[in-house]
Amino acid sequence: MIRFILLQNRQGKTRLAKYYVPLEDSEKHKVEYEVHRLVVNRDPKFTNFVEFRTHKVIYRRYAGLFFSMCVDITDNELAYLECIHLFVEILDHFFSNVCELDLVFNFHKVYLILDEFILAGELQETSKRAIIERMGELENIYFRAMRFAIVIFTPWLKDLAFFSW
Amino acid sequence: MKNFLLWCCKLAMSLCLMFTVYLNLLLTQTTPIRTSPVCFLFLYSTSTPPDLIQISLKPPPLPFSSLPFPSMEQLKSLGRELAMGSQGGSSKEFLDLVKSIGEARSKSEEDRIILRELETLRRRLSDPDIPRRKMKEYLLRLAYAEMLGHDASFGYIHAVKMAHDDNIMLKRTGYLTVALFLDDGHDLIILIVNTIQKDLRSDNYLVVCAALVAVCKLINEETIPAVLPQVVELLNHPKEAVRKKAVMALHRFHQKSPSSVSHLVSNFRKRLCDNDPGVMGATLCPLFDLISDDASSYKDLVVSLVSILKQVAEKRLPTTYDYHHMPAPFIQIKLLKILALLGSGDKQASNHMYAVLTEIFRKCESSSNIGNAILYECVCCVSSIYPNPKVLDAAIEATSKFLKSESHNLKYMGIDALGRLIRINPDIAEEHQLAVIDCLEDPDDTLKRKTFELLYKMTKSTNVEVIVDRMIDYMINITDNHYKTEIASRCVELAEQFAPSNQWFIQIMNKVFEHAGDLVNPRVAHNLMRLIAEGFGEDDEGADTQLRSSAVASYLRILGEPKLPSLFLQVICWVLGEYGTADGRHSGSYIVGKLCDVAEAHSSDDTVKAYAVSAIMKIFAFELAAGRKVEMLPECQTLIDEVLASHSTDLQQRAYEFQALLALSPQAIENVMPPDASCEDIEIETSLPFLSNYINQAIENGARPYISESERLGTVNTITPASASHYQQDPAHSLRFEAYELPKPRAPPPSIQPSSRSSLPTISSDLVPVSEATYTTREEQHNPKVQTLADQISAEIGVRLKLEGVQKKWGQQTYSSPSAPSTSSSSTQKATNGMVTSDTIRQSSLDSRKQQIPEVSAEKQRLAASLFGKKAAERKTQGSTRRPAKESQHAVATSAPEPPEEKVVVPAVPPPDLLDLNEPSETATPTIDPFKQLEGLLGPAAGSDVASAPSPSVGAVKTPDLMSMFTDTPSIVDSKSSDKGVVSSTIAKKGPNVKEALQKDATARQVGVTPSGNNPNLFKDLLG
Repeated sequence: MIRFILLQNRQGKTRLAKYYVPLEDSEKHKVEYEVHRLVVNRDPKFTNFVEFRTHKVIYRRYAGLFFSMCVDITDNELAYLECIHLFVEILDHFFSNVCELDLVFNFHKVYLILDEFILAGELQETSKRAIIERMGELENIYFRAMRFAIVIFTPWLKDLAFFSW
Repeated sequence: MKNFLLWCCKLAMSLCLMFTVYLNLLLTQTTPIRTSPVCFLFLYSTSTPPDLIQISLKPPPLPFSSLPFPSMEQLKSLGRELAMGSQGGSSKEFLDLVKSIGEARSKSEEDRIILRELETLRRRLSDPDIPRRKMKEYLLRLAYAEMLGHDASFGYIHAVKMAHDDNIMLKRTGYLTVALFLDDGHDLIILIVNTIQKDLRSDNYLVVCAALVAVCKLINEETIPAVLPQVVELLNHPKEAVRKKAVMALHRFHQKSPSSVSHLVSNFRKRLCDNDPGVMGATLCPLFDLISDDASSYKDLVVSLVSILKQVAEKRLPTTYDYHHMPAPFIQIKLLKILALLGSGDKQASNHMYAVLTEIFRKCESSSNIGNAILYECVCCVSSIYPNPKVLDAAIEATSKFLKSESHNLKYMGIDALGRLIRINPDIAEEHQLAVIDCLEDPDDTLKRKTFELLYKMTKSTNVEVIVDRMIDYMINITDNHYKTEIASRCVELAEQFAPSNQWFIQIMNKVFEHAGDLVNPRVAHNLMRLIAEGFGEDDEGADTQLRSSAVASYLRILGEPKLPSLFLQVICWVLGEYGTADGRHSGSYIVGKLCDVAEAHSSDDTVKAYAVSAIMKIFAFELAAGRKVEMLPECQTLIDEVLASHSTDLQQRAYEFQALLALSPQAIENVMPPDASCEDIEIETSLPFLSNYINQAIENGARPYISESERLGTVNTITPASASHYQQDPAHSLRFEAYELPKPRAPPPSIQPSSRSSLPTISSDLVPVSEATYTTREEQHNPKVQTLADQISAEIGVRLKLEGVQKKWGQQTYSSPSAPSTSSSSTQKATNGMVTSDTIRQSSLDSRKQQIPEVSAEKQRLAASLFGKKAAERKTQGSTRRPAKESQHAVATSAPEPPEEKVVVPAVPPPDLLDLNEPSETATPTIDPFKQLEGLLGPAAGSDVASAPSPSVGAVKTPDLMSMFTDTPSIVDSKSSDKGVVSSTIAKKGPNVKEALQKDATARQVGVTPSGNNPNLFKDLLG
C-alpha cells in the first residue's frame, strides 16, 4: 500500500503532498525533510529505492522534481517506479508538456488527477485514457458553465476554446 | 453572411492573441532567447526564478516534441497561462503568492510569506458574507499554505461548509480541501458525514464520485456503518467510475475494520467479472487483502483469476491499459500477487498456474522496466507456490538476467528474487556468487542492505563466521539507528544459531554490544550471561573455566574503553562478579576496584550501579567464604556509603544486604552465596514446612490458626479488616475496581478449615503471633532472596532459569549428537576438508577437482552408509522430495538416536579415507587471496560445486528426479531408489551438510579437550 506521495524540487520545497495514512503535522514535516534528504543526493546510477524507517521510498527524478512514493516493504518496487512514470505521463498528457509551473499553479488539479489514479493507497485506475477522460469531464462542466455565463448561444465558441484551452 | 461574421470574429480573436504575445515580447526585450516553450513561460512570468522553470521531462521519452518556434502547442500553453489568471479559480493574488514562494530564497522567507498570507486569509474569512467564488479561492490558498506545512486549522470549517454547496465545482473544491485538511480522526468528520450521505444518493455521478473519494479518506471506524449500505448499493451503479470508487472505498473499510465488509465477499466476486477492466482491476485490491487474511476460503477463485491473467497476458484488454507495450501490467502484477497467496503450499491450485506463468515468462520483454516488474512478480509467485521444475527454471533464468544487468534497480530486484528462490533450492546461489559479492561491495547502501538480507537467509554453519564478520563491519559504520538495530539483532540471531564455538560467540557478542549496545534486545544480554554461566554443560568443566576466564580477561580489557553501552556494562559487571576471581588470576580487590570505577563512571545509571554493587557483594562473599581477607577499598566504601543513601530503594537494599553479609561468618556466607551457583535452581517451598514447629508452638500458646483467603472473605467481620495476615496474604492489594460483592450469597464455610500446618482450631482474637509468624516467613524468604541476588538475572527474568531448550541454541550441541557416534570417520573427513574453510577447499580442489570428484562422492556415499546405515540412506532418498538441504539435516537428526552399533561398524570402512590423507598437504598451503576469501561467503556453494556440478551422473539423475516431484506420484522414485545412481546423487547433494555436521563436531571438539581431530596419526591408532 502507498503510504504517501511527495513531489519535491531539488531545494526540498514540497510541490505536492498526499498522505494515505493519518500523520501528525509535525510528523509530516519531518517525513518530508527526511525523504528529501534521503533522495536528493543519491547517485543517479544507484537504485531508485531507499529504505525509510520501516518502509521503502521509491523515487524518480524528472528534471528538478522528485516524485517519491512511500510503500510497504513487501511491495514490488519496479512496479511502483513505473507507477510514478505513468502518473507523470498522465500529467504530461493533461497539461500537454507538463512543467513544474503547471504543477505549482494547478496543484488542485494535480490532486484531482491523483485521486483518479490512486485511491486509498492503491492504484485505482491504470488506463491513461480513462483518467484523462474523467478529468476532461470535470473540466467540461466548468467550461460549460463559463461559456454559458459569458456568451449565450455562440456556436463558434467551441473553436475559440481551442485557442484558449 | 453569418459565415463571414463568424470568420471575422475568429480573426479578431486570433489577432487579440497575437497582440498579447507581441506585447509580452516588447515588455521583456531584455530576455535574450525566445526559442522554446520554456522561454514562453519565462516571458510570461518574468520574475520566475530558475528553479521553477525546469520544464521538459528528460528521463522518459515523452511523445511531445518541443519545436523551436512558437507553435500551436505553445499557443496552447500560453492560453493556459492566460486562463489561469482569469478562470482557473485563482486570482492574481494567488498567482502572486505562488510566485513569491517560488522566489523565496530561504525557508524563513517562505515562512514569512505564508504567515502573512495566513493572516490575510484569517481576516477575510472572518467576514460573514464572502462570495462563494472568492471562498473557493481562499480555500485553495489555505490548502497551499497547509501543504507547505503551516497550520490553517481556522479555515477547516469553511471547507466543510463548501463541501455542502450545491454547485458541483464548489462542492468538489470543498471535498478536495476537506480531504487535504482533515484526517479520519478529526472532530469535524462528524459534520461531513451527513453531507457525504446526501451526496452518495445524488443523481449526478460526478457528485457521487467526489463523495466516494472523500469517503476513502475521511470515514473512520465509527462512521463506516453510516455510509456502508449506500456504498454497497453503488457497486451496481451504471457508471464504471462510480463502481470502481465504491470498490476502493470498501477496500478502505476493510483496512480500517475488517469485520465490516467480510459479508460482502460475494459482491467482490461479482465485481471481478465486471465489464470494465478498471473495476476488475480495482476489485483485486480488496480481494488481495481478504485473501492474505485467509487464503483457504478463496481457493475457488484460482481458476477464474488464472483465466483473467491469461486474457490480460494475451492482450484481450483494451489497448488503453497498455503501458510501454505491456498489456495492463499493473493488473497482471496484482493478479500474480494474489495467485502467489492462493498457490502457496497448495499443489492443486498451483497446477492451474504453471501454464500461464510459463507464458508470461516467455512473453515478457526484459528491456523495459515494467516488463521486469512483471518478471520479478512472476519469480515471487513461483517461489511462493508449489514448485514446478519447468517454471522454476524460467524463474532462475529471469533472476540471473536481473543479476547480470547493469542497472542497480534490476540487481536489487535480482538479489531479492534470489533470496526467495534459495528457499526452494539453496544451490541456486552458487552460480551467482560473484554477482552477489559485487552487490555487497557496491557503494549503494540500499543494494548492500538487500544483499545482507540475502546473506542472512543463506547463512549456514560453514559460512557464518564470514557473514557475521561482514555484518558487524558494516554495522559499525552506519549511523541509522533503525537499521543498526536490525542488523545487530540479525548478527545475534545468526551467532546464536550457528556459532561454531563459544569463544567466537562471546567475541561476536562483545563486538555487537560495544557498537550497538543500547539497541540490542536485553534478552540477548541475558542469553550471553547464561551461556557464560552454563558453559558446555556438565561434561567439560575445564573448558568452562577456560571460557569464563577468557571472558573475564576480555571484559577487563574492554573496561578500559571510554564509552560503553549500559547493557554491555551490566553483562560485564555480572560476569566479573560471578567469575572475576574464579580462576585466581585476579585478586578480589583488583576486580572490586574495577567495579567501583564502573559504578563511579556511570553514577547516573542506576541499573549499572545495581549490577556493580551486586557484583562487589559477590566478590566479597566468595573471597570471605574461601577464607581470604579482602580489605575494604576506600572507593568501595564511599560507593557503598553513597548507595546506602540513594534515592533508589533497589540500590539501597543491595547496599544494606551487602553490609549485612559482611557481618556474617564465612560458613553462613557460603550458604548464602555459594560460588558459581547461578545456574542452580532455587527451590522455593511454598508450603514452608520448616515453620510448622514454630506455628504449632504459637497456636499452643493461644494464637489463631491461619485461615486461607477464600475462607476469610466469608468470615470477614469476625477478623479485623486491618489484620496483618490479611495484608500479608493478599498479594495484589491495590485499588479494587470491581464492585464489592455482597457478603450474603456467599455461604460462610461450615467450619474453619485448618490449613496444612495448623492443627488446633482454637479461636482467639489475638493476631500478634500470626503476624509474627508471617514476619519470620519473610525473614526466611529473604534468605533465598539474597541468593537470588547472587544471580541478578535469574531474579529479574523470572525465578528459574530455563535450562531446557537452551542447549539446542548453540550450534555444536545440535551437531554433536549426530556426529558423536562417528568420531573416527569424522576426523578423516575433517582431514580432507572438514576443518578447512570452504575457500581453501576451493583453492585446493581447483586443480585436482576432476579426479577428486568420484572419490569424494564415493567416499561420501560410504561415509553416509557408515553413518546412517543402509536404512538411513534409503530413508534419505525417500525424503529427497523437495528441499535437499533441510531434508538431509532432518535425516541427520533422525539417525541420531541409533548410535551405538554404528559406532562399532565405523572402523571397518577405512580404504577411501586413507586415500584422502594425502590431501592436507595441498590444503595446508592456502595463499591469501582476498577475493577467494570473499567467495567463502558462499561456502557450501563451493563445496557442493565440487560434488554436483561436473558429475554427469548427478545431473542426469537429478533432472528426472526433480521432474517427478510434481507429478502426482513422488513415490515412484522411492521405489526405484535402490538404483545406485539415485542414491549416490542424493548423497552427493547432501554432501555439504554432512560435512557441515562434521566440521561442527570438529570445532566443538577443538574447543573442548577431546582428541584433536586434525591428527591423522591418532586415527591410525584407532584403525589399528
